[in-house]
Amino acid sequence: MIPIFEPETEAEAAGIVATIARNDLTLKIEGGGTRSGLGNPVAADRLLSTRKLSGIVSYNPAEMTMTTKAGTPVAEIEAMLVENRQMLAFEPLDHRGVMATVGEPTIGGVFATNASGPRRLVAGAARDHLLGIRFANGAGEVIKSGGRVMKNVTGLDLVKLLCGSHGTLGLLTEVTFKVLPLPPASATIVVSGLDDAQAAAAMARAMALPVEVSGAAHLPESVRSRFLGGGLPDGPATVLRLEGLAASVVVRREKLVAAFASIAPVAVLDHDATTSLWREVRDVKPYADATQKPLWRVSVAPSAGQHLVAALRLEAGVDAFYDWQGGLVWLRMEADAEADLLRRYIKGLGGGHAALVWASDAIRARTPAFEPEAPAVAALSARLKHKFDPKGIFNPGKMGF
Amino acid sequence: MPETIAFLEPKQSVLSRRAAIIEDLADLLPRDCLISERRGLVPFETDAFIAYRQVPLAVVLPETTAEVAAVLRYCSRYGIPVVPRGAGTSLSGGAIPQADAVVIGLSKMSRILDIDFANRTATVQAGVTNLNISEAVSADGFFYAPDPSSQLACTIGGNIGMNSGGAHCLKYGVTTNNLLGVKMVLFDGTVIELGGKALDAPGYDLLGLVCGSEGQLGIVTEATVRLIAKPEGARPVLFGFPSSEEAGSCVAEVIGSGIIPVAIEFMDKPAISICEAFAHAGYPMDVEALLIVEVEGSEAEMEAMLSNIIEIARRHGVSTIKESQSATEAALIWKGRKSAFGATGRIADYICMDGTVPLGQLSHVLKKTSEIIDGYGLRVANVFHAGDGNMHPLILYNINDPEDAARAEAAGNDILKLCVDAGGCLTGEHGVGIEKRDLMLHQFSQADLDQQMAARAAFDPQWIMNPSKVFPLEGRPAA
Repeated sequence: MIPIFEPETEAEAAGIVATIARNDLTLKIEGGGTRSGLGNPVAADRLLSTRKLSGIVSYNPAEMTMTTKAGTPVAEIEAMLVENRQMLAFEPLDHRGVMATVGEPTIGGVFATNASGPRRLVAGAARDHLLGIRFANGAGEVIKSGGRVMKNVTGLDLVKLLCGSHGTLGLLTEVTFKVLPLPPASATIVVSGLDDAQAAAAMARAMALPVEVSGAAHLPESVRSRFLGGGLPDGPATVLRLEGLAASVVVRREKLVAAFASIAPVAVLDHDATTSLWREVRDVKPYADATQKPLWRVSVAPSAGQHLVAALRLEAGVDAFYDWQGGLVWLRMEADAEADLLRRYIKGLGGGHAALVWASDAIRARTPAFEPEAPAVAALSARLKHKFDPKGIFNPGKMGF
Repeated sequence: MPETIAFLEPKQSVLSRRAAIIEDLADLLPRDCLISERRGLVPFETDAFIAYRQVPLAVVLPETTAEVAAVLRYCSRYGIPVVPRGAGTSLSGGAIPQADAVVIGLSKMSRILDIDFANRTATVQAGVTNLNISEAVSADGFFYAPDPSSQLACTIGGNIGMNSGGAHCLKYGVTTNNLLGVKMVLFDGTVIELGGKALDAPGYDLLGLVCGSEGQLGIVTEATVRLIAKPEGARPVLFGFPSSEEAGSCVAEVIGSGIIPVAIEFMDKPAISICEAFAHAGYPMDVEALLIVEVEGSEAEMEAMLSNIIEIARRHGVSTIKESQSATEAALIWKGRKSAFGATGRIADYICMDGTVPLGQLSHVLKKTSEIIDGYGLRVANVFHAGDGNMHPLILYNINDPEDAARAEAAGNDILKLCVDAGGCLTGEHGVGIEKRDLMLHQFSQADLDQQMAARAAFDPQWIMNPSKVFPLEGRPAA
């Protein structure tokens, strides 16, 4: 066990970072530890947990923003939001199922990993909802960027840079984010029996209709029964979510049903089933079964997802389902991670990003967790890392440096 | 011309080599892509922040990414400052040149390269106008969401440089939320690509850092943006109020009630009369404040949403409610709003502020703004995006009266400080440019700015990219 720091204030946290830097040590950063396995394995001299940097600092529902300390549990935030009929619109996924972890996911971990769920397709990712941050840089200086208003172009947007940087550029101490009204009504249209290619076409068609689909996923036969306790209709399920005022949902549901009723069997899920289903899609339910099989999270152009899976099937044992209209592929390999094969196909299909989410330690040790970048971009990223963390103390190796 | 905002001292080493530089540039570009005669340079001396102007050393109008790269490679070799320019509609002086700078104008790179309806993306060259994108996909039922008022003229490259917003961003987000990828040229001519048609990109979010970087990190030559299916219908409704405070509190309650219209625009009495005289949009003239609230969707949806909004407006003393009855009327309502700056320009010179405040502070900031303006003996028209708290007081003055101009600038600074002190920021969508550069320390500490400048230096270690902008001239790292 490496020594653990649990600072209770931002000043204390920054002081620890400064001391670590002065003593040429390295620091692993952790919130609730529920997704710290994302990225490449980190070996560090010390661990800093943000667990005690916790609490909601300010929340004014009418201004649609909330400020919290980085270690605040997501559950605490969501409970407070639900009380005010609001939500985190980007639907942060909970990694505990697929990564076989326990503990409390924190909001700092959500933004550090840019963890986003099904609504990311239309509402944006975590990075689109993060308005302001405070963080300690690699010298232990406290820096702020952004603010607590919806629109802000004052200075360079370090907020986006830090979001998704997996704790390699700074230690987040406080975050301010946008919250949105919880839709009072929702429904899901289930189109059954489509193969992957037909489903891709159907989802593209749905997204082109003026009905504001807020979730578009395809659950092939191999995974379909693992959703809603087997309650989805027979056959592969292409699921389309509608949300909004009750009157809107009714009108749009009818339009969507009419658009697909002639090509395949269509069923409709009510609000409660919709809530459960999309939570399961978000949290990757079919692969949250604690096996050691490698799990990839692949982001490609929506129309490319099914081509990628079809190509891989010819060469390796894979199972997959699709979110984001086909642009997010949750891909589980039967044996090896097949990183080179996967990345070659992604490149051939116009580019994208494969991140290894879960695998045995042996596979993780030999597989770069993130898509390698073009040399000029990688060089730029390395220079940025150096500008924020000149001594390389934060999460060494996690993103490749 | 006011003298309060300084530019970097031009480098004598560059000025003295002017003839040689122009000769060298001529070798890098087709003949009609280089402007070096004074008469040709003058149109590039300023942008929409007309209080300041400076004729550049030369202007190049490249037609390809390779030409942009060649010019940057050359300029970085000799330490020549570069100022990128789209359509020159910046309200913060983002495109104003300096005497020793080569302006790189992207206006000739105006081709739409790819439209992909299955993935809902458009890939365009940086000089394509904002409106062109929506026009190109409109017949197929799509649009590009960010809609700055200058959308007829402004380019997507400029939108990315400033992370531009617009009236409809309340629902759909600003440029950064609708941008999927760019091809860009770094200071030394290196061409990189960030993002693409996939929603998530690997590594650090460089795209997020580049968007809104005001031409300081590189020059974007191509962009891939997100397209959205057009709603079935859209209807702007006018709500007139006896006071600005009531209009402001109505906005806060609409948002707080869980309704997010597509747009909520605010105009005070002076703005109403200016815009009405220009557009004849049928704005009510007997109210102190006007909200334009737009809802969209099917008839039934719009009705449902409007009835909720009307109920709230009544609680806040609304005196006039007027729904647009036709597409023509709706277009006129938006024409009046989007022409606000141009229409104001017909009656006086103005500077346009752009501070954003938390919604709960709207009424307070409006009241304080008019006190500040009264204190300087000036006039103001307020027209802005109320739904996201992005305020645009237009301070009216006479550009030919140096004292009046100095007062207007001082009043503007006071108003922006007021916005920051109310928990907001200096600029919501227009950018820092030169206009707000020297106020940055009111919002940020020197350590905050040092970190931003360090990030900047990772892209442009020589500080040749649009160097007079964004960061106060004092406190910069030694070259």
